[in-house]
Amino acid sequence: MPHIICCVKQVPDPETPASQFKVDEAAKKVLPIPGIQPVPSQFDTIGVEAALRIKDKIADATITIVSAGPDPFRDTIKHCLAMGADEGVHINDPAVAGADHWATAEVLAAAIQKLAPYDLIITGRQAVDWDMGVVGSTLAEILGIPIVTLAKDIQYQDGKVTVERVLPDGFETVEAPTPAVVTVSNELGEPRYPQLRQIMMAAKKEVRALTLSDLGLDGVKNRTNLEALFVPETKVETEFIDGETSQEKAERLAVRLREVKLI
Amino acid sequence: MPSGVLVFAEPTEDGKLAPVAAELLGAASRLGGPVVAALLGSGVEPLAKDCAAFGASKVIVVDDPILADYQGDAYLPVAERICKEADAAVVLFGQTMVGRDLAPRLAQRLGTAVAMDCVGLEMNDGKLVAERPAYGGSARARYTINGTPQIATVRAKAQEPLARDDSRQAEIVKQAAGVNPEAVRTRVIDRRKEKAVGVRLEDAKVVVSGGRGIGGPEGFQPLEELAQVLGGAVGASRAVCDLGWYPVATQIGLTGKIVTPDLYIAVGISGASQHMAGISQVKNIVAINKDPEAGIFKSSRYAIVGDWKEIIPAFLEKVRELKAS
Repeated sequence: MPHIICCVKQVPDPETPASQFKVDEAAKKVLPIPGIQPVPSQFDTIGVEAALRIKDKIADATITIVSAGPDPFRDTIKHCLAMGADEGVHINDPAVAGADHWATAEVLAAAIQKLAPYDLIITGRQAVDWDMGVVGSTLAEILGIPIVTLAKDIQYQDGKVTVERVLPDGFETVEAPTPAVVTVSNELGEPRYPQLRQIMMAAKKEVRALTLSDLGLDGVKNRTNLEALFVPETKVETEFIDGETSQEKAERLAVRLREVKLI
Repeated sequence: MPSGVLVFAEPTEDGKLAPVAAELLGAASRLGGPVVAALLGSGVEPLAKDCAAFGASKVIVVDDPILADYQGDAYLPVAERICKEADAAVVLFGQTMVGRDLAPRLAQRLGTAVAMDCVGLEMNDGKLVAERPAYGGSARARYTINGTPQIATVRAKAQEPLARDDSRQAEIVKQAAGVNPEAVRTRVIDRRKEKAVGVRLEDAKVVVSGGRGIGGPEGFQPLEELAQVLGGAVGASRAVCDLGWYPVATQIGLTGKIVTPDLYIAVGISGASQHMAGISQVKNIVAINKDPEAGIFKSSRYAIVGDWKEIIPAFLEKVRELKAS
């Protein structure tokens, strides 16, 4: 019975209008938008979807969700449990708040080692907030196991994963012995949405909370410093094309685009 | 004391020096110190003179059949050895298939960190300051790295190459890969190209894209007609793909395709961060939206406030007329 561990993260909702996006430059933090709830990072739920597709075929597979972050991250773990994952582990420790990608990978690796034995570790190709795309690779190196990145399909069978991965102009099929790390890309497809019954069942499931000392870690060690965070100036000067009627506006737009040789 | 910049220069599939490699060498020259290029692959030796022409003073060539097709487990020990020998302050990769896969693993092996997908690089007091987009392009973040070397992957077209100068000479050092094939744990079974139908979204010079404001799947027909007349491709927002109005493969945005056409016509798209992340490099966005407050207008070069159902057919007709004249 394969044990699959999915690492997930919670992020500000990327479906909010770009114009509402604001940062506190002094604190180097993104300001939460009032009334908008954070969501699971989409590549990570695609990873959970990949795990569930394996479980659809191998019914005795166990899927454990691991996430490191503050209290609200519990909702993201619960969402993944409602999707169909079996267990949830929440590393909730004030020290994690300041962790960079490498410190986060160290924390996740320590939790994964505690959850051993494992066969497959799945992460999103990147989190949709910082877009760095390094945690999956770093995990594989810490754990000393192979990695295949950018999966669009994962097939698991006895000690081996067969991964179809996305290339810039096509695809390749790669085989790796397990345990292995696989990062998933959006080409894998949409994550399933939990049904009401599943949400109610997940609500009853316990999420195991761990602190850094439970993992034998004393604090986190960052390797990077965020020196500045800002919203880049958009130097676009918008030219509104006006007219008495829709037809007039449309024709003026076509003429204007022709003038600037865009059509 | 580590000094200078080591650039991992990649070949293209048809055996030329990748444009991003020349851009990295240009960036390296501006950062200061000796510029060393590393060329890994099979049949890559002739590219050493190109590296020299674009600014490398030394080129380390590892030309070995085991490096013919990229595999992380084969490239990683070679890259690690070159980094240790070169003792550079900064190591640069392109944000390519290879760079994305190799750089983070290399950083961990060397006990340092990497800033991914950078658009700006500068030295400040001997430290690399790497600027990169975050939050799908809504924000910019600047990083410094505590470890050595300081590694960055750099986005294509973000840096200027030096003008090619074939009189530049470089010391060329050939090395064996020395990779134990047994240590390569992954195995590539099959590689195949995607057959493109019509113009690929990623290559299209014009993209006509529809959002929720289109109202239903039938709304895409006039957009397809317009794209055809303009020689472009049709894209869609995530909302539209979620609703099943248009194929998921056409989704543009953070979790879809990133496109760089000369002209992007956004119809009934409000401009969620998710979507804007896919078009952050597009200079000419035309937005057609009935909501004058639509966020997308802020990023648009040209805009019409109005009903797309009236505007698109009239626009299409005028475009046809102009194209015929």
